[in-house]
Amino acid sequence: MLAFLIQRVFQAIFVMLVVALIAFSLFHYVGDPVLNMVGQEATEADRAELRARLGLDQPIPIQFFQFIANAAQFEFGISYRSARPVTDLIVERLPATLELAIISAIFAVVMGIVLGIYTALNRGNWLSNFIMTASLIGVSLPTFLIGVLLIYVFAVELGWLPAFGRGETVRLGDWWTTGLLTTSGLRSLILPAITLGLFQLTLIMRLVRAEMLEVLRADYIKFARARGLSKRVVNLRHALKNTLIPVITIIGLQLGTIIAFAIITETVFQWPGVGALFITAVRFVDIPVMAAYLIMIALVFVVINLIVDLLYYAVDPRLRVQGGAK
Amino acid sequence: MTFNKTLLATAVIGAMLASTAHAETLRWTRSADSLTMDPHSQNEGPTHSVNHQIFDTLLYQDMDVEYQPGLATDWYVHEDDPSVWVFEIREGVTFHEGQALTADDVVFSLNRARHEHADMRGLLTSIVEVRAADDFTVEVVTDGPNPLLPNNLTNLFIMSREWAEEHGVEEPQNYAAGEETHAVRNANGTGPFRVESREPDVRTVFVRNDDYWGIDHYPMEISELIFTPIESASTRVAALLSGEVDLLQETPVQDIERLAQADGIKNEQGAENRTIFLGMRMDLEVLDSADVDSNPFADRRVREAINLAVDATTIQRSVMRGNSEPAGMIAPPFVNGYSEEMDEVLPADAERAQELMNEAGYGDGFRVTLNCSNDRYVNDEQICQAVVSMLARIGITVDLIAQTRSLHFAEMAREEYDFYLLGWGVPTMDSEYVFNYLYHTKEEDRGSWNFTGYSDERVDELTVAMGQEVDEEARNEMIAEAWQIVHDEIIYIPIHHQMLTWSMRDDIDFQVQSENTPHFKYLRFNN
Amino acid sequence: MSDTQRTVIPPPKPGKLRSFLDSDIVYSWKRQPVVILATLVTLVMFAAALFAPWIAPQNPFDPRQLDLIDAFAPPLTTSDFTGNFYLLGSDSQGRDVFSAILYGSRISLLVGFAAVLFALVLGTALGLMAGFRGGWRDALIMRIADVQLTFPSILMALLIFGVVRGFLPRSMHAEVAIIVLIVAIGLSDWVQYARAVRGATLVEKGKEYVQAARVIGLPARNILFQHILPNVMRPVLVIGTIGLALAIIAEATLSFLGVGMPATQPSLGTLIRVGQDYMFSGEWWILLFPGLALLMLALSVNLLGDWLRDVLNPKLR
Repeated sequence: MLAFLIQRVFQAIFVMLVVALIAFSLFHYVGDPVLNMVGQEATEADRAELRARLGLDQPIPIQFFQFIANAAQFEFGISYRSARPVTDLIVERLPATLELAIISAIFAVVMGIVLGIYTALNRGNWLSNFIMTASLIGVSLPTFLIGVLLIYVFAVELGWLPAFGRGETVRLGDWWTTGLLTTSGLRSLILPAITLGLFQLTLIMRLVRAEMLEVLRADYIKFARARGLSKRVVNLRHALKNTLIPVITIIGLQLGTIIAFAIITETVFQWPGVGALFITAVRFVDIPVMAAYLIMIALVFVVINLIVDLLYYAVDPRLRVQGGAK
Repeated sequence: MTFNKTLLATAVIGAMLASTAHAETLRWTRSADSLTMDPHSQNEGPTHSVNHQIFDTLLYQDMDVEYQPGLATDWYVHEDDPSVWVFEIREGVTFHEGQALTADDVVFSLNRARHEHADMRGLLTSIVEVRAADDFTVEVVTDGPNPLLPNNLTNLFIMSREWAEEHGVEEPQNYAAGEETHAVRNANGTGPFRVESREPDVRTVFVRNDDYWGIDHYPMEISELIFTPIESASTRVAALLSGEVDLLQETPVQDIERLAQADGIKNEQGAENRTIFLGMRMDLEVLDSADVDSNPFADRRVREAINLAVDATTIQRSVMRGNSEPAGMIAPPFVNGYSEEMDEVLPADAERAQELMNEAGYGDGFRVTLNCSNDRYVNDEQICQAVVSMLARIGITVDLIAQTRSLHFAEMAREEYDFYLLGWGVPTMDSEYVFNYLYHTKEEDRGSWNFTGYSDERVDELTVAMGQEVDEEARNEMIAEAWQIVHDEIIYIPIHHQMLTWSMRDDIDFQVQSENTPHFKYLRFNN
Repeated sequence: MSDTQRTVIPPPKPGKLRSFLDSDIVYSWKRQPVVILATLVTLVMFAAALFAPWIAPQNPFDPRQLDLIDAFAPPLTTSDFTGNFYLLGSDSQGRDVFSAILYGSRISLLVGFAAVLFALVLGTALGLMAGFRGGWRDALIMRIADVQLTFPSILMALLIFGVVRGFLPRSMHAEVAIIVLIVAIGLSDWVQYARAVRGATLVEKGKEYVQAARVIGLPARNILFQHILPNVMRPVLVIGTIGLALAIIAEATLSFLGVGMPATQPSLGTLIRVGQDYMFSGEWWILLFPGLALLMLALSVNLLGDWLRDVLNPKLR
């Protein structure tokens, strides 16, 4: 157990270092940070001074080390676009993205598992056929188009739900703002959460269905049936339990994907999260924000991966012998 | 120069009719947020729009673009010295945080705006000294008679010296160097609203300043003003249609019809003080982006051919859906020096254009890159696409680069462009501003937006002279002569004067302002 | 795995055509009308995209052929000015929407296929190497795959796009847009192939025939290409088909976010981004038709992928 844990942690650190290297290269080789920061009237001396102040005259490895040291303290410099510390920008916007991601993940997981089980157990009836076909349409429609359609139908034509933004927010503690405690905040959340969760919902549903079908064919289920256990017990206790192992992995991985895909949803709904911040940064070539976002997402993924691996390890005894392949 | 000072009389009557005790919220949206709350750091429209709610200027242009007294009650040229302007400062005004306004704050603010980090310094280059004659009189000394000085102060916001010193913001924020100061996110003005909360790019909440000096002079019906910038045009419209915002500045032209028909929504329209045009780099030997070993733009015949090929009338009809006025000169009708004759748009004539190209030796055309913004002017990218296909017909292959405004202007300022789209407004309402920025040879203080490389001695002479000539008739002659020269030379290709549309709930009584700067203290509710 | 052995696609030798037509694949295909329909739609759309220059009344990428005066023509109308007929209407630049969809799908499919091919070749090669050679190569490749998996494809693509924008001069952005899209999408997808191929290779490597081939001293290259590669192609084919649909959607998404194809050379995604501006203004055809085209394309490719997966039934995740 300990060896496995250590191996995983080392791997996570390795991944973070690689990502940091990429982020660092962004800083270094994409555009000239000094040119970006001083005005055009600046003299060569001004530039040299700024270069020294930023430590850009040091050897590359030392700069990289410095970069990592700063990154470890969440210090990413100043945004070229808005002239504010990148960390402030991200901290300000993170709650919006996390709330959206978590709510849509819950929506996707719950709906996905329920629909997956239903379609597996009721294979061939018209409702599960309909659900399966609809899910394929869901996968084939790009997220942004779904968002645009939802806005058109529910905000403009029907006028039921807001078309943009987070609604009223309430401040909790020092920096967390939440939209979950106001009616307008909750109403604002519905359309973006559905848009963001739909793709994951279909993915989870199809996976649950496939796993379930496979497990139901397995010998031990047949034995369980033969032993006279009720259908419900067999289905839910034995089949579902075994189905969930791979589902956990996917859900874990998808949580990170949801945060990344929030970029699109946030753009469509003008949701004030980090995704929207990132896409603006890409358009403006605002490197500090891009680098910080990159490292943040990588961190989220690495942590989630680690947790999934450990969960996996706990659930599946075979892995304790083999070591961890996914 | 006569200034309309009838405001007080009309406003007092207005105030008797309106009750200021309304508790009404107005939710306002437009595409872009203010860049900074530091009032002198940036000279940019959306930034000024926000700052006008919080701060006051000495004088300003009201909703009818008339000059009105703000913190100055009167202004005139010093009787003994034509190079000195005298401003009488309003008494009894206090800042939001309680400091009393004196002449010293005005002196401090004007000097702060002349600092090298301040983008506003471009409007103040003629100033030599600013001094307080007494507690409520400010004298501004210029390097010669400057009849236009007051016109340059309409976006010059007054800060409190005490507050600035207390928070270490005596110098403006160095925006380019990414400096963050207390003044970037905090503001202490004398204006009709104070800032309650601000999340940049997300939401800014203002509340009515009940101690405003003009509280009885203006309607002041809004008690809470919520500003939410929305980048996407369709989301902006959706927000108004679904009732989540009350007032939409810069309505997309394609949605004007639909909003006019929607229940409970109306459009207000008017001419904007902004002309859209194309600039061409003509002083280079060889263009960077062209595929020929010469500079086609240096040849007047090529410029004329482009002028004939770009069909402003069709652009007005299709791209702008009628919401623009095709232009022949870079000054809208209400600017001093405007001439109908020069603003006349010649009918597009691709055949004649091709002939001119042949004569100039470019019968087979050439290739060049056109640089455009895609989020600054109404349908800017669409205009450029239309230009691309119009020029293709006379053999000019245009590669289009359309990008966000900050990149577009930064690269333009670095003189990287051969062919570009730009829009120009004339806040001073006088042609001198246009010549000073767009036509004068590019030098330290002048010609700072002339990226064409155009340099003409006579135009330079006239530009400087019109800034100092006090005799109105002589001055207007100079302006007319200068316009004639640049018109004959075809320095720019004017496309159109922009029109503005603001859409709002139909119980709101508010008209567009040609500077695209809403002064919400004038807004009324009809309920 | 004995049942899957039967469904191996035989090499297309002339005498084997008969047996192919009798195979499970064809049997299964004939039994499912939805799949037949999907195949037809896919084929029609591929053909339309391929032959766009001959079918389309207008080349929407050639600015000379656009007539601004014909802007916003509704579907099925003939212009009063130029006499052009607009089957699906025209957009704000007088671009024929029908032609734009044909040319746009051409770009979408080109990007899709090229990205899949890029990912497939790269992923298969690395997967084979990792599975067959094992050792430090396996460890290295799989660790890189882990790092890669850390980034969702869309983020990866945005990053690559941002980096390229920073590197290249402005004037080249439009020219390289399509290559950037291909590389960005392809590079973010190779891991799936590598993992599947590595897994399949490990299975094959343990089988008797490979062991036997090794014993009789066949060169590794022969074993790899003649024995293992054909057997790992099934999962690759399925991933590739689904990957094509995903790549088409990814391209549309990037173009929608404004970091893909420029408006002068619109792909389906760009058309949708532009069309979105006309959602409320009454020119519904500018958004609706490209949106439908994208949906039809992605849906039928997805259906085919789904069906292939069921038929070939490889254990894929």
